[in-house]
Parts: sequence; C-alpha cells; structure tokens
Amino acid sequence: MSYIEPEILSENAVKVLHDYIHKIDELKPKDRLKIPLQEMPTQEPHERACNIEEVAIGYTVEEARVEALRCLECPTQPCVDGCPVRIDIPSFIHEIAHGEFQNAVDKIKEASLLPSICGRVCPQEQQCQLTCTVGKAMKNVDKAVAIGRLERFVADWEREQGKVKVPEVKPPTGKKVAVIGSGPAGLVVAADVRREGHEVTIFEAFHKLGGVMRYGIPEFRLPNEVVDQEIDSLLKMGVKIQKNFVVGRTRQLTDLIEKDGYDAVFIGTGAGLPIFMGIEGENLVGVFSANEYLTRANLMGAFDKEHADTPIYPSKVVAVLGGGNVAMDASRVALRLGAEKVYVIYRRTEVEMPARKEEVLHAKEEGVEFHFLENAKRILGDEKGRVKAMECLRYELGEPDSSGRRRPVAIEGSEFTIDVDTVIVAIGNGSNPLIHQTTPELETNKWGNVIVDEKQKSSMDKIFAGGDIVLGAATVILAMGEGRKAAAGINEMLAKESAN
Amino acid sequence: MAKIVSKKQLSENVYQMELEAKLISEERKAGQFIILQLDENYGERIPLTIADANKETGTITIIFQVVGLTTEELSQMNVGDNVPVLVGPLGTPTHIKKYGTVVCVGGGIGVAPLHPIAEALKAAGNKVITIVGARNKELVIMEDEMKKIADELIICTDDGSYGRKALVTEPLKEICERDQKPDMVIAIGPPIMMKFCAETTRPYEVYTEVSLNTIMVDGTGMCGGCRVNVGGQVKFVCVDGPEFDGHLVDFDNMMARLHSYDEIEHEKHACYIDTLADKKIKEIEEAQK
Ligand SMILES: Cc1cc2nc3c(=O)[nH]c(=O)nc-3n(C[C@H](O)[C@H](O)[C@H](O)COP(=O)(O)OP(=O)(O)OC[C@H]3O[C@@H](n4cnc5c(N)ncnc54)[C@H](O)[C@@H]3O)c2cc1C
Ligand SMILES: Cc1cc2nc3c(=O)[nH]c(=O)nc-3n(C[C@H](O)[C@H](O)[C@H](O)COP(=O)(O)OP(=O)(O)OC[C@H]3O[C@@H](n4cnc5c(N)ncnc54)[C@H](O)[C@@H]3O)c2cc1C
Ligand code: SF4
Ligand code: SF4
Ligand code: FES
Repeated sequence: MSYIEPEILSENAVKVLHDYIHKIDELKPKDRLKIPLQEMPTQEPHERACNIEEVAIGYTVEEARVEALRCLECPTQPCVDGCPVRIDIPSFIHEIAHGEFQNAVDKIKEASLLPSICGRVCPQEQQCQLTCTVGKAMKNVDKAVAIGRLERFVADWEREQGKVKVPEVKPPTGKKVAVIGSGPAGLVVAADVRREGHEVTIFEAFHKLGGVMRYGIPEFRLPNEVVDQEIDSLLKMGVKIQKNFVVGRTRQLTDLIEKDGYDAVFIGTGAGLPIFMGIEGENLVGVFSANEYLTRANLMGAFDKEHADTPIYPSKVVAVLGGGNVAMDASRVALRLGAEKVYVIYRRTEVEMPARKEEVLHAKEEGVEFHFLENAKRILGDEKGRVKAMECLRYELGEPDSSGRRRPVAIEGSEFTIDVDTVIVAIGNGSNPLIHQTTPELETNKWGNVIVDEKQKSSMDKIFAGGDIVLGAATVILAMGEGRKAAAGINEMLAKESAN
Repeated sequence: MAKIVSKKQLSENVYQMELEAKLISEERKAGQFIILQLDENYGERIPLTIADANKETGTITIIFQVVGLTTEELSQMNVGDNVPVLVGPLGTPTHIKKYGTVVCVGGGIGVAPLHPIAEALKAAGNKVITIVGARNKELVIMEDEMKKIADELIICTDDGSYGRKALVTEPLKEICERDQKPDMVIAIGPPIMMKFCAETTRPYEVYTEVSLNTIMVDGTGMCGGCRVNVGGQVKFVCVDGPEFDGHLVDFDNMMARLHSYDEIEHEKHACYIDTLADKKIKEIEEAQK
C-alpha cells in the first residue's frame, strides 16, 4: 500500500458520507460491506522520520462516521469477546455513525478508562478486530472495522472539546490505599479506588508519571499530552503523588502498611528488567537495551539535543534485535535521532512478528530495513571496545513450539557479518525484581511474576498486584483490565472492613 | 525536591553538601547512593554516594568531585537552593559483619563513599586499617573523619607532597605480607585504582570488595546501562551492587563503558564553561559601568 495524503483521504470520506448520510438507518449488511475502509491519515513518511510529532493524525469527523457505518452491529458481538475489557463496541460505533460522539465516549468509559491511549496502542488486529465479522467476511483482518481508530477518535474529540469529565468522588471513608507504580495498571487502580472515597497515594520511582507510556512508547506514537490528560484527571480527583520514591528502597513494602498505616497496597511495578541475549560482545560500548535507549530519548529528552544533558550515542548504522513493539519503537527512534541506516533483525518471519501491524508498516515506510530469519550470534568490537560489526546466522522455521508459533532453527554454517556501530537489544523484559528481593514473603513464580488470585490479591494480606508485574511483559489494555479487577478487590475488602 | 542546607568546598574540585531528605536519611545504610537531577525535563541523572546521614535533622551528606556538566552545575548551587530530583537510597547496602582485620583503601574522591563503610565496619568490631591516596596534598579529603575511626591510617600521595610518596597499592601489598594477613579489603576510587588493588591482593587470596561507579540512568534495574561483567555473568551495578568481588570484575570492559559518551560530555561541559565565563565577563562589565 502506498502513502495517501490526508487531504485526499478526507475528501473521499466527505463524498462517501454525503452518499450515505440520508439513509444510515436503512443500510443492509450488503451495503455496509461496500463502504470503503477508512485509512488512518498520517504524516508524510520522509517528513515524519525527521520529527517526533505523532505519526497517525487521527480521523476527521467524516472519516470516523464513514468508518462507523461499516459496522454491521452484529447481535452476537464477536468483537466484544476479543476486547480484554469488553467494551460495548457495536453501541459506541452506532453512536459515532449518528454523530453522537459524547454518547460514544460515555459508552466506552463504562468499560475502559484510557480510550485515547488504548485506541492508539492496542494490538487491535489480535484483539477486537481479529474477531470482527467484517474482517471475516472480507477474509482479511486488515479490512475489519477500525475499532481502535474510532475509539481514539471519540476520546480525542472529548479532550479537544475540553469535555473530559472528572469522575465523581464519594465522601471520605478514612481508608488509605498505596499504589506503587504509575503505569496504566496503577493509574486505573488509583482512579477506581479514589472514586469510592478512599485516600490514594501513587508512589513512583521516576520523576514523571505514566510508566512505559512515558519512558518507553515514544511521543510520535503516544503524545505525552494524552498521558498528561489522564494524570490531570487523577490529580483533580484528589489522588496524591509521591515521585522519586522507590518502594523497597525509600520505604519497604510492608512498612507502608505497618508504619505508614495504609489499609491496602497495589503493586503495579511493571516488567522493567531488560533481557539480554547472553552472546559474546554484548557489553561492548554501543550495545544498549531498548529500555535504556528509549528512556534516554523519551524520558530524559535526548531527542532535544540542544537542551538535554543526558547524552545519546551518536549512531550511524544501527541493528535492532527483536520483532515486537519495543523493537519497532527503538528502530524508529534511532532513525529520528539521525541514524543513516537501521536494521531490524528478527529470527522468524514477518507473520510471526508480535508488533502491531500498523507500527511495522510505519517503520517500513520510514525506511527501517527488515531482516527476517536472521539473528545475532556475536557482536564484534574495535580496539577501544566499541561495536564495529555483528556476526549473524540465518534461520529457517521448524516445527511449531508450545505457543503454536513455528520454532526458528539456526542454519549451521550460515554465518555472515554486517557492519554496525550500535546494537539495540529489544527481545523482551523480565519482571523487575526489586520489590520481591526486598520482600521475600511475596510469592512469585519462577519468572518473578507476582502470584495473585482471581481478585488480584497476592499471597500477602492487604497487598494486591496487577499489570506486567503479574502477566509478564503484556499490553496496556491487559494492565488496565487487571487494574480494574484489583481496584474492585480492594474496594470490596475495604467496604467489608468498614461494615464490621 | 531537596533543599541544600550546607555547602563546603573540600579541595579545589571537591564539594560537600548537606541536603534535606528525611526518608532517605532514615532508611539509608552504608554503601548506598542517591540519584539526583538538576532539571526535571532535561537534567542528567547522576549517582552519588550517601557519605553521611543524620536522622535527627533529616539530612544526608554528599561529597562530589566536579568532573563534568552536572557536577559543575551542582557545585554552582548554594545553600537554600533546591535540587529538583533526588531519589534513594539505592543499591544493595554493604554486607557489614565482623571479618577481623579489614583494610579500607580510598583513592581521591573514593574516600567519601568509603567513610560510612569504614565506620560501620569499625562499629561491627573489626580492626580497621585505612589507606587514603590522592594525587597531591590538596586533594586529600576527610583525613580527620578517617582518623577518628581507623586503628591505623596511612596516607600516600602520588607526588609525595603529603604522607608517603606512593600509590595505594604499595602499602596494601605490605599489609598483605604481614604475618597476620588481612581478612578483607575494600577499595573505592577510580576504576584503575580498584583494578590494581584487586591485582595486588589476588596472589594473597584476600577477599577484595570494590564499589563500581558505572554510568547510570534509572538506578532501579530497568535500563541495564550500568551492567558489568562479574565472573562471566552480567550484573547490574544499581541493584546487584555497587559492591562486587574485585577479583571477578572485568575492569577493562567497565572502563571502556564508562567512557561511552566522553566526546559528547566534553563538548557539553566545554559549552557550559564557556557560558559561565561569558556570564562572569558580563557581570564584571556591568559592575564596571
Ligand atoms: C517500548 C515499549 C512499547 C510498547 N508498546 C505497546 C503497544 O504498542 N501496545 C501495548 O498495548 N503495549 C505496549 N507495550 C507494553 C505496555 O506498555 C505495558 O504492558 C504496560 O505499560 C504495563 O503497564 P504496568 O502498569 O503494568 O507497568 P509499567 O507501565 O511498566 O509501569 C510501572 C511503573 O512502576 C514504576 N516502578 C517500578 N518499580 C517501582 C518501585 N519499586 N517503586 C515505585 N515505582 C516503581 C516504574 O517506574 C513505572 O513507572 C510496550 C512496552 C514497551 C516497553
Ligand atoms: C554508585 C555510584 C556512586 C558514586 N558516588 C560518587 C561520589 O560519592 N562522589 C563523586 O564525586 N562521584 C561519585 N560517583 C561518580 C559520579 O556519578 C560521576 O562523577 C558523575 O555522574 C559525573 O557527572 P557529570 O555530569 O558531572 O559528568 P559527565 O559530563 O557525565 O562526565 C564527565 C566525565 O566523567 C566520567 N564519568 C561519567 N559518569 C561517571 C561515573 N558514573 N563515574 C565516574 N566517572 C564518570 C566520564 O567518563 C566523563 O569523561 C558515583 C558513581 C556511582 C555509580
Ligand atoms: S480497548 Fe483495545 S481491544 Fe478493546 S476495543 Fe479498544 S482497541 Fe479494541
Ligand atoms: S464484529 Fe465487527 S461488524 Fe460486528 S459488531 Fe463488532 S465491530 Fe461491528
Ligand atoms: S542504572 Fe538502569 S539498570 Fe542500573
């Protein structure tokens, strides 16, 4: 698919809407299937590869309404089954089709608190859009109703109108809840628990809030302004914030309860432990974890070379190892920071890549080169200990493994070398061990993930957990879903205590 | 935010500051450090050891050497100013127990982080021999503080302007050769000094701990920027350390990594010095008007 200018997309949508607007309530499924999918308007690829502005511009009103008209409003709602938080998708899309955007947002917010974020970053083609009837009818998941784009559209609409409502807070209960970590899981717990009238304090290790949404996912994919909005709502609800506070160090987890009098604690510390490959040369100068590279760029402002004190490595030719969203982000950041060539090295094929499809497409458009069925064997350094090349092996796909994906098998003797000066390792994150190390009573599995029951309660009294620290590196929407469950568990526990 | 409550210049390039940090002062243990940042949006995060803390006043003491941009800027700050970002205490505390005789070797600014450790070791009932090394007399810091706790204090300077004219490894070797060889050595200073201290004690099989000062970003184990090779395994200095068995550390790799950003840092620092100079010249010109 080649790039289409936003103006043309917009004009087309106006025309289509004009043809349908007078008969939107009479459309038959057959008619709806004829309506063209509305592509997401984006910045021009060459232009955007040199800036950090958001790549996807978002639908116009007409584009949103036309896309909404494609929905068949299936009585069985297969899309809802695909959404981890079960947003009432057909209803909110129906409202968009009729131009009732406020109703649409209200509908979404019954189930999801962060639609402007999830609409942007959910891997929709593996969730709600995977099961969509329209995609099935067209035998192409890429032709499914663009549920995520519609969700983003109405959430942005609400923000731009200045209509975001601060949720109501019930009268004070006298109970205190500590939330550790300000990623999506923590933010959602804070909101849901605060609503019930409990006092909430978020403890965050960094000097800025948002977790991976702040330091990992770059501005060009999820603008800070969007995250700020969510945090702003929490502040207006009276949630307290303690930044620069590392639980396990600044204060022990159990001290929060025993010394500081918190009635419940939520652990939402995420999956912040970079996994390395364990290959030769991995400690050379010029080898980074994606976490470090992205943190320097996003959180420490290295994008802004003039102002930022935190340096970023001057790279010309960069190899990014991995095939997930993290690898896509790292490769596109490297381009924007001035690399001349960026390779993504992935040991399976494009089909198996876990990254969102849209990000892969965007990365390609911007000039990132993909090398499939290859993997690093060792990294070679010069006499100063700096990366100068990488030796790779070619792979082929063998039998499916336990996850059902075909296992990549190295082809013996297929070694070859590519010249690179920077290697970014983006093969995944383990769970951050800090809290577990300092609170051994907290039960974890062999990967260090906190073990919880169906209400997200951990093995310890009054302590709940959710998000990546429970699931392993997962997604924003799953973290949010766990946060909602945990908040319900906490609220229920505190209500029972008050009743007694 | 942490307010600076006192400031003292210890030598040409070394400053001591006391900062308001109630929680950190209560929780910190010997061997731990803080990370600070001088601007929320654009500042660099730099690690500094907690040299001392006072629970009553809720303050911590840092001692730092001006080596680049952030330490330069910090040295320009004054009592009453606020450090916008201060987080800690970070790192695994030193394992303090009764070993018997311990030798504490501090090189240059390394004496600052060494002091609380020596103090804790002394309190745990150890005989503490201290070796303090510096390039010259001007750069010897914390002599009085060390004198208070050390059973034996040896001072050496590279140029012989004070104490013995020697590198710290010389007296360290002699001590290892005594009838009663030491039970443990802890060395803190420039990486090259720690490397040679470890080499000095290796033949005598005296356990030697070193405190590594790698580049850091978050300080919580999230970025891996602080990783070092210890006994063939990758370790994160901010959570697994900062102290490690010096006989197992790959110092050459660590030193190379420490210099990852040299060219950029020097440029930035030079720029900053230029701005400072411009500012001073302007001030003088204003005054002369
Ligand atoms: C580069 C990147 C791109 C991604 N892209 C996508 C995407 O496109 N779509 C998607 O759905 N998901 C994506 N993900 C995954 C998604 O971001 C995570 O699944 C999600 O953020 C997990 O949320 P969380 O609340 O569990 O934890 P996090 O977002 O990890 O937040 C945890 C917070 O806790 C803080 N913390 C940790 N330890 C402590 C402590 N001891 N004391 C105090 N605070 C502490 C951390 O500083 C952090 O702010 C991406 C992840 C990365 C790294
Ligand atoms: C656990 C730990 C504890 C430390 N405790 C102290 C302390 O108590 N007092 C003190 O003065 N310093 C201490 N350091 C070193 C201190 O962090 C660095 O001097 C500081 O980061 C330099 O910042 P800058 O912006 O001024 O210099 P930069 O401009 O960042 O760097 C200037 C030069 O210093 C070198 N450098 C950069 N980072 C470090 C580093 N982390 N360690 C050594 N050299 C570095 C670079 O090679 C560069 O050439 C400690 C480091 C660690 C990891
Ligand atoms: S939250 Fe995610 S999965 Fe659910 S409807 Fe929205 S985009 Fe789809
Ligand atoms: S499955 Fe697709 S077409 Fe059916 S209701 Fe859901 S979004 Fe609409
Ligand atoms: S400083 Fe980031 S992992 Fe240690």
